[in-house]
Amino acid sequence: MSHLNTFQQLLYYYDHNGMYVLQQFLRHFLISIYGVLFAAIIGIPIGIFIARNHKLGNFVISIANVIQTIPSLALLSIIMIVMGLGVNTVIMTVFLYSLLPIIKNTYTGMRNVNANIIDSGRGMGMTNWQILYMVRLPLSLSIIMAGIRNALVLAIGITAIGAFVGAGGLGDIIIRGTNATNGGALILAGALPTALMSIITDLLLNLIEKWLQPTGMKKEA
Amino acid sequence: MSEQTPMVQFKDVTKIYKGKTPAVSHANITIKKGEFCCFIGTSGSGKTTLMRMINRMNSITSGEVFINGKNVNNLNPVDLRRKVGYVIQNNGLMPHMTIKENIVLVPKLLKWSQEKLDQKAKELIKLAELPESYLDRYPAELSGGQQQRIGVVRALAADQDLILMDEPFGALDPITRENLQDLVQRLQQKMGKTIVFVTHDMDEALKLATHIVIMNDGEVVQDDIPENILQNPANEFVENLIGEDRLAEAKHDTVQVKEIMLTTPVKINLGASLKEALSLMKQRNVDTLLVTDDDDHMKGYIRINRLEHRYHRASSVSDILESDIYTVKPTAYLRDTVDRILKRGSSYVPVVDDNNKLVGIVTRSALVTLVYNTIWGDTDPMSSAELSKHQKDQVTKGADDDHD
Ligand SMILES: Nc1ncnc2c1ncn2[C@@H]1O[C@H](COP(=O)(O)OP(=O)(O)OP(=O)(O)O)[C@@H](O)[C@H]1O
Ligand SMILES: [Mg+2]
Repeated sequence: MSHLNTFQQLLYYYDHNGMYVLQQFLRHFLISIYGVLFAAIIGIPIGIFIARNHKLGNFVISIANVIQTIPSLALLSIIMIVMGLGVNTVIMTVFLYSLLPIIKNTYTGMRNVNANIIDSGRGMGMTNWQILYMVRLPLSLSIIMAGIRNALVLAIGITAIGAFVGAGGLGDIIIRGTNATNGGALILAGALPTALMSIITDLLLNLIEKWLQPTGMKKEA
Repeated sequence: MSEQTPMVQFKDVTKIYKGKTPAVSHANITIKKGEFCCFIGTSGSGKTTLMRMINRMNSITSGEVFINGKNVNNLNPVDLRRKVGYVIQNNGLMPHMTIKENIVLVPKLLKWSQEKLDQKAKELIKLAELPESYLDRYPAELSGGQQQRIGVVRALAADQDLILMDEPFGALDPITRENLQDLVQRLQQKMGKTIVFVTHDMDEALKLATHIVIMNDGEVVQDDIPENILQNPANEFVENLIGEDRLAEAKHDTVQVKEIMLTTPVKINLGASLKEALSLMKQRNVDTLLVTDDDDHMKGYIRINRLEHRYHRASSVSDILESDIYTVKPTAYLRDTVDRILKRGSSYVPVVDDNNKLVGIVTRSALVTLVYNTIWGDTDPMSSAELSKHQKDQVTKGADDDHD
């Protein structure tokens, strides 16, 4: 294949391994989604809970911040020691990394709801639960969504590295590229869809985020 | 009137926020049903705190608050708040809900049927004097004044008898403000609601209130009807709050008829001849005479034009007597009579005592002087002597234009 230039090699690769790339693409995407989904399931309630107390909030967020500062490869290795090779280790890593943006944004969203509006709801006889789902959540949904978007874009990057622990995904193709001599085209074959996935995810979630913005508040901008 | 359970009652209520001096101390206030009660005072005097203890938005440190005879601490706070209308400062509309959703929020919490909710929304938007199409708008699409209107009618949605309003018209221009005050006043009078209203605008309080509670530094300084507060301010703080202009005005309000009446009205006996009457008119230079009997009882009046017509046919004053005369009592307050006198367009009003004896006369020109002094803020009201002297000059001139 060495008589072809990188671009031609790339097309050739896609032509012959299209199905495989697509599989890896899906796998990659699902690993990221699972990690983020779990993080959302855990992180949003945590964010809601810690929003009641400023001190607790700062404490929890600083812990999440610490997790975030660990290099992803290092965290991946540490978790691998505990959970062994395989896809679960990557999902766990994605989960841990996603916690911070999700908790932080939920916390911020909750705390940013105008105190006057909460007071008004309370004054009209809403229960705490009603204030949460009729006022606080609708008003902070788009901020929470922004956190999920950040987390997912981050997760796609982490999943690419996750191929090192044998989870598969587009990272697999990239790693094979780095191992081969003259593997530039292979690296591209994995990296391009990864980048594409990030960009599309970002755009899509951005749209959802806008859509989730409370109707009455959109026009302010 | 039989003793009615008060709508709201504070008994020795104190509120202390953690680590602070009392925000409200030892408040004893009774608000009757149908009252429009204003809490007024400077910023930080504890008005909001006091009000929010009614619907348990603030806890009560010591003492007791009753609604309708029930201690609020024995009521479920959520149920309590749904039963008490609450207009929060800066309207507190939910920005993510339409006007309709906002208006019927409490009925919805109370699980009314959708049909009833729709009907209520339409009813209330009408009450707010806004078009029905506004129901589908969001608060941000309304002007500040329109939002406040919604805030006010929202508190009526579940037919609450008691409504709390915390400076509902704080940030509005004077005209919009006045409109909304009128709206609230109409609603209150029409629907017989009890309203507790926090403000720091004395004009607003005087316009709306039937009961005023004045707060300073957490203490209730004075608690009375507006008239009594104007007439007898409890201390200098209250005086300052009321302001000099209004105090001066209030002083005029307490002037009684007897203080400015002229005690020597031009009068004639019922049995006197028309000739006598005419010469008395000429002598005193007036065109009407008050007519009394031998015991000074008020009988009516005679006028020069009637006298002229009937001079040859009639013989005595009683033949041309006109008895449809409006009189006032010497103890009546001028503020109550001044309007009526001025509106009737007569130039004088005889003053009679309880036995219908003529004791004096108030002339239109004396009233004009009084009104003039009030408006131009002449702080020392004219002494009665001065007024009477003034009146003497005026009674004749005033009589000239009474040709009806
Ligand atoms: N939640 C709170 N925590 C602590 N202190 C408070 C709280 N709310 C009010 N205070 C204090 O209580 C006092 C009375 O406050 P309050 O809000 O009742 O005053 P106000 O008369 O309504 O004033 P304004 O006209 O400015 O609204 C103030 O000194 C205030 O600082
Ligand atoms: Mg206040």
